[in-house]
Amino acid sequence: MTDQNNEEVLLMKGNEAIAHAAIRCGCDGYFGYPITPQSEIMETLMELEPWNTTGMVVLQAESEVASINMVYGAAGCGKKSMTTSSSPGVSLMQEGISYMAGSELPCLIVNVMRGGPGLGTIQASQADYFQTVKGGGHGDYRIITLAPASVQEMADHVSLAFDLAFKYRTPAMILADGIIGQMMEKVVLPPYQPRWTEGEIREKSPWATLGKRPQNKPNVITSLALQAEEMEELNLRLQARYREIENNEVIYEELNCEDADYIFVAFGTSARVCQKAMELAREEGIKAGLIRPITLYPFPKDILKHYASKVKGMLTVEMNAGQMVEDVKLSTCGKIPVEFYGRMGGIVPSPDEVLNALKTKLIEI
Amino acid sequence: MTEEIIISGFGGQGVLSMGKILAYSGLMQGQEVSWMPSYGPEQRGGTANVTVILSDSRISSPVLHTYDTAIVLNQPSLERFESRIKPGGTLIYDGNGFHKFPTRTDINVYRIDATEYAYANNSAKTMNMIILGGLLKIRPIVTVENVLRGLKKSLPERHHHLLGMNESAIQIGMELIKQQNAV
Amino acid sequence: MNIADIINPANLVYEKTKVMNDVPMHYCPGCSHGVVHKIVGEIIEEMGIQDKTIGVAPVGCAVFAYKYLDIDWQQAAHGRAPAVATGIKRLLPDRYVFTYQGDGDLAAIGTAETIHACNRGENIAIIFINNGIYGMTGGQMAPTTLKGMKSSTSPNGREVSLAGHPLNISELLAKLEGTCYVTRQAVHTVAAVKKCKRAIQKALENSMENKGTSIVEVVSTCSSGWKMTPADSNNWMVDNMFPEYPMGDLKNI
Repeated sequence: MTDQNNEEVLLMKGNEAIAHAAIRCGCDGYFGYPITPQSEIMETLMELEPWNTTGMVVLQAESEVASINMVYGAAGCGKKSMTTSSSPGVSLMQEGISYMAGSELPCLIVNVMRGGPGLGTIQASQADYFQTVKGGGHGDYRIITLAPASVQEMADHVSLAFDLAFKYRTPAMILADGIIGQMMEKVVLPPYQPRWTEGEIREKSPWATLGKRPQNKPNVITSLALQAEEMEELNLRLQARYREIENNEVIYEELNCEDADYIFVAFGTSARVCQKAMELAREEGIKAGLIRPITLYPFPKDILKHYASKVKGMLTVEMNAGQMVEDVKLSTCGKIPVEFYGRMGGIVPSPDEVLNALKTKLIEI
Repeated sequence: MTEEIIISGFGGQGVLSMGKILAYSGLMQGQEVSWMPSYGPEQRGGTANVTVILSDSRISSPVLHTYDTAIVLNQPSLERFESRIKPGGTLIYDGNGFHKFPTRTDINVYRIDATEYAYANNSAKTMNMIILGGLLKIRPIVTVENVLRGLKKSLPERHHHLLGMNESAIQIGMELIKQQNAV
Repeated sequence: MNIADIINPANLVYEKTKVMNDVPMHYCPGCSHGVVHKIVGEIIEEMGIQDKTIGVAPVGCAVFAYKYLDIDWQQAAHGRAPAVATGIKRLLPDRYVFTYQGDGDLAAIGTAETIHACNRGENIAIIFINNGIYGMTGGQMAPTTLKGMKSSTSPNGREVSLAGHPLNISELLAKLEGTCYVTRQAVHTVAAVKKCKRAIQKALENSMENKGTSIVEVVSTCSSGWKMTPADSNNWMVDNMFPEYPMGDLKNI
């Protein structure tokens, strides 16, 4: 099978797509630790043996703590490096993510979320929204967060995340869930890009520790500044960069919102369920639309604000106890009712119950 | 056209791979497809299921709570999914080991004794293809030609010599399937 | 004779290595860190590998190592230096990569990273400063604190029933198949400094020969933490630390 551009159309799991896309986008190093529901990523990489083709390093570490610090080391050399995990493992990585944010290091972290807190369940969840977009580690920082809702986006977001991470010298995260990781859909894989040469790295990332050049000052990767003034300077630099990200990098999808009376707001798997609920609603004559944030940080505030003066209400649907809904409320400034419907514990809400929630919470009141 | 299918049975009955072959067949037919398995401990010995959606248009939710067609291969699966078939939909079951049978009258019910046939003919490995043949007889959602193309795509090359065996299993399934209730 | 006649290249008998930066050090008088830094700097200069060496600094007293040696550095989170060094060396196999860690960093919070990097046989050099105490945070008990030794969190001396035994981690690492060179050194005398320098040089050379991980433990003093003069510290180390952490090679393949 090929698509209109004569690219091969494949059928694979979201997790497998991440692995293929990583090799193809010229990733230099993968460091990870097995955890359900994302272990297929490392399994696929080990099967494909990219060290024999592109030279990409793939290493199974002793823990998530070690994985993220191996990523730190590799990223400090200006290399495209990544790790993947699921919720409990990503909790363990938070120290390293905070260090990378503080040291201004680009990298990709993939979180294929499962239910929590604690060891939780292996079933799909979206309960790590707060952890991801509000800063899961210590200190004032943000990480660019992409929320794929299909296997194709799992593949596409890998190179997008690396591009953004290097553009802004910050970690970027793909925040998926067990459904997106485990399901198979059609996918066209991105084209191969060669890995950067050392010359290219020196040019793109003059801060990288590749060995001190005789005429240059040494490069030092650190997030330490014992003097408060020096630390505040770093904080201000980071904050200025976050404002730039918020101004330039918002991505969202909008479906049937133009004539809508009610809008669903959801990301990832919940957005797929809402799309179905929207179709069911339209069959019943309810004018429903869907806004799907693709970047969770930066959050698509403006489009929500825009529709807040046009629709009668919004229903945020999440596989958690209500996290993104806070950002939807902030974006709509109290102009319209913003309600929430969610399931927890690894349960995916059905389109029927979502439609029912729309009716009971916003329409039949 | 959109066909929303659940296939459910014991791990080892070939539930996930049947779904995979169906998804690949849809791919060959140029359809949109999604394949969503149950995952985790339940697939290691317990009951496994997979949701397969084939559609002419973009697929919204890959996870469903009601289905056009349910294929159930063990008693717990029947109990879990019979009530979740849309009125006018289809239920296919392999009665091997069942002590309670479908009761709904607002759906089309078919029985296919694939397990019995497969064991009698020493062909346990193609049991799921027999059932797939039964499905295609009553719901020709993909052509047999595309199933074989999909099979070729999903099977590792070293198993390609089994393609002929699978093709005859499909034919056998088409003959074995029997209607129990019609709406 | 005036001073210009004395400061004259012909009279030069000792010069600070150019790899050491001309900045004041934050280390306390009598601390072993300064000597070990100097040794590392000298080796890098003598081997001509300043442009090919990447150091990984720890959390602990040596957190500012990157201010003193004129090479590229990465400063790791507490205990994670061997994982960070793994990431660097795997991506840059033709560089000299070493970690510089204290006992708390290497043998307490970072034990997992230490053991697994060594067990994989990462081609890195680990320089391990063991002074039996947490210096940076003000003299708390370390995993290597001796039995009965006083610290701010064992004010009456380390009690084994409460805090367990001193951890001889180098012995443990020597047992791993991934390590090729494990040695214990000190820098309290001129002879010891020379020996320690040879050991660290060997560790760095090993890292290019695909032999596995090299560890140089340097049993060290902490005059401030131990609350002794530098001279007394050296003597106390010889009398008390050396019996628990004996000098010499534990493994040399």
